[in-house]
Amino acid sequence: MGAEFVQFSLTPILIGILASIACALPGNFLVLRKQALIGDAISHVVLPGIVVAFLITGSVAALPMLLGAAGAAIVAVILIEAIKRLGNIEPGAAMGVAFTSLFAGGVLLLEQSDTSSVHLDVEHALMGNLESLIWFKAQGWSSLWDLEALAALPHELGRIAVVCALVIVLTVIFWRPLKISTFDESFAQALGLPVGAIGFGLVVTAAVAAVAAFDAVGSIIVIAMFICPPAAARLMTNRLETQVTWSIVFATLSAILGYVFAGYGPLWFGAQNAVSAAGMIATVSGIILALACLFGPYRSRIGVGREEAA
Amino acid sequence: MDAFLNALFLGAGYNAALVGIGAALLGFAAGASGTFLFLRKRALVSDAVAHATLPGVGLAFIVMVALGFDGRSLVGLLAGSAVTAAIGLVLVEWMSRKTRLSEDAAIGAVLSVFFGIGIVLLTVIQTMSQGRQAGLEGFLLGSTAGMLFQDAVVIAIGGTLAVAATFILRRPMTLVAFDPEYAAASGYDVRKIDLAMMGLVMAVTVIGLKLVGLILIVAMLIIPAVTARFWTEKSDTVIWSAGLLGAASGYVGAAISASAPALPTGPIIVLVSAALFTLSLFFAPARGVAAAVIRRQRFQARVHHRQGLLALARQEPIHDKLTLKVLGRDGLIRPDGVATDTGRAMAAKVARDERRWDVAREVHHDVSLTGRYDGLTPIEDVFTPDEIAQFDVVIGKPTAVEGT
Repeated sequence: MGAEFVQFSLTPILIGILASIACALPGNFLVLRKQALIGDAISHVVLPGIVVAFLITGSVAALPMLLGAAGAAIVAVILIEAIKRLGNIEPGAAMGVAFTSLFAGGVLLLEQSDTSSVHLDVEHALMGNLESLIWFKAQGWSSLWDLEALAALPHELGRIAVVCALVIVLTVIFWRPLKISTFDESFAQALGLPVGAIGFGLVVTAAVAAVAAFDAVGSIIVIAMFICPPAAARLMTNRLETQVTWSIVFATLSAILGYVFAGYGPLWFGAQNAVSAAGMIATVSGIILALACLFGPYRSRIGVGREEAA
Repeated sequence: MDAFLNALFLGAGYNAALVGIGAALLGFAAGASGTFLFLRKRALVSDAVAHATLPGVGLAFIVMVALGFDGRSLVGLLAGSAVTAAIGLVLVEWMSRKTRLSEDAAIGAVLSVFFGIGIVLLTVIQTMSQGRQAGLEGFLLGSTAGMLFQDAVVIAIGGTLAVAATFILRRPMTLVAFDPEYAAASGYDVRKIDLAMMGLVMAVTVIGLKLVGLILIVAMLIIPAVTARFWTEKSDTVIWSAGLLGAASGYVGAAISASAPALPTGPIIVLVSAALFTLSLFFAPARGVAAAVIRRQRFQARVHHRQGLLALARQEPIHDKLTLKVLGRDGLIRPDGVATDTGRAMAAKVARDERRWDVAREVHHDVSLTGRYDGLTPIEDVFTPDEIAQFDVVIGKPTAVEGT
């Protein structure tokens, strides 16, 4: 746990944790509202978003990429809603039509445009590059107090920290309306809450979290973190507050364990190279969910755990 | 354009012709089998199945290399992908049945975790000595560039088998898709039929991996079925027209892709499919957006037509522009707003019908008939001439409406 850890592993782990939490928080509500796959749809349309942003601005700077991705996410949400209403099509199929078409468009644009000079490709979009977000300037733990070294932190860290904080603040501010409209939409309507706006706001927040996380860790973690930690937490409790806490714990655990297994796991088995951290984090979150499915106290459908029922 | 036409008529070379035929067969199989998923409202299960193929591809490669075979054998890779896809499918079923999680959460969880495992395996393979040229990334988005004759044959045979299975199983699968309870009551094993349905989807996914890749195969399963649904209300027709739409998108997409560089086959096929969907969404008869708009306008015109006539009968002035336009168009009023002879006659008729309805509601006991009054349905459509004559006895003789 010396200088090498700070230089090579600290920032990726931090970024992984922040990204996981930023996605898991809105994921709680999406899972409860049976909209879990919105996260899947959003992370697919991020690709066309960044490609279009690149074609318009000609740069791979962070801001246009983020704006492009967020714009694409919003376009996708509106498109899904339009297909659902105009065509009278069930939500799952509408989602399937919209995000695959947009994704196909993104791949085509990518192939058509000359992006060979820049680092922009499908695999990178899917897998992320968590391992490469290292802190070159760090000399050891003391660098945490060294302003010059801090200035050289990867930009992704600052960005995801801001977005994660934003998601937390929004969740706290809108806690009550979110909770009420998630569990009892007609009651929320009767109270005069803008149910439609709350739902749209939730999806947009999820999109912002997805886009920021995508920038750092790739879309595969984004989908996994939207669903796996909240779903596992759902099997641990009947209280929303406790569920959200569990989901944050699970998200953090997945990020840390996943990164450690990916970086050091192969060495334990005598292999030379690390494996994909993004893939491993998703895998660990899946293992946590599997354990929750098998042993979670509130896993059964009736709403009481086996211990209580007995 | 020439290159496209050339490719369309199989003239763009041996390989392109193979890809085109393979894509058409695959498109047909995917469209037809995807219809059941769509009708069963489980379209996105295919997304989980598709993503769950990736670890299988990686594992199969590792196992084949470890056993001393060529790791790139398509049949081996597809067999491996089928195994993990089946595991993923079983896990989705298990999670949504045994735990309180809903099916969409189960789909998302399986999709992301299996894909994550797949990515981990791909990075493992990249570090293997034979792994550098494995080209397994091609399974993400499909790659037809280096397709061998054997690969095309595999796709063609697989596609044909999937179509045959769809044909054999279409009756029970349609029944389960529409009304699982009724199917269970009639003695069908719903779970087995569901599994067969999913097995079929899995087979199509596996066959399509090489051609369109695992992310976009979902589109080939969903989009044709949704498109076909716009055109017909009969399930059999939906199945086969979805198949034809899928085949057309596959074939035309492959031809477009072969006509110029930098046009990847998978995305082009999906975009052709999406274009057909958009056309249907707007222009399909009955269910399309344009048809709905026209229907709405006609309805509006009918309401204004009738309200205008009632106003004429009561000798009230009409101010509404649309009412004036509708009446003028039908020759019921003159441009200055005065009723023509036809207009006066029609107004009298409408006013009389209105009173006939009033009487009908009082004297007639069949609410299912009198309840059909909506201000638009002609009374002759609901009651027999004898009954109407009876109402007229109560009302008295017709009187002429005075001209204004």
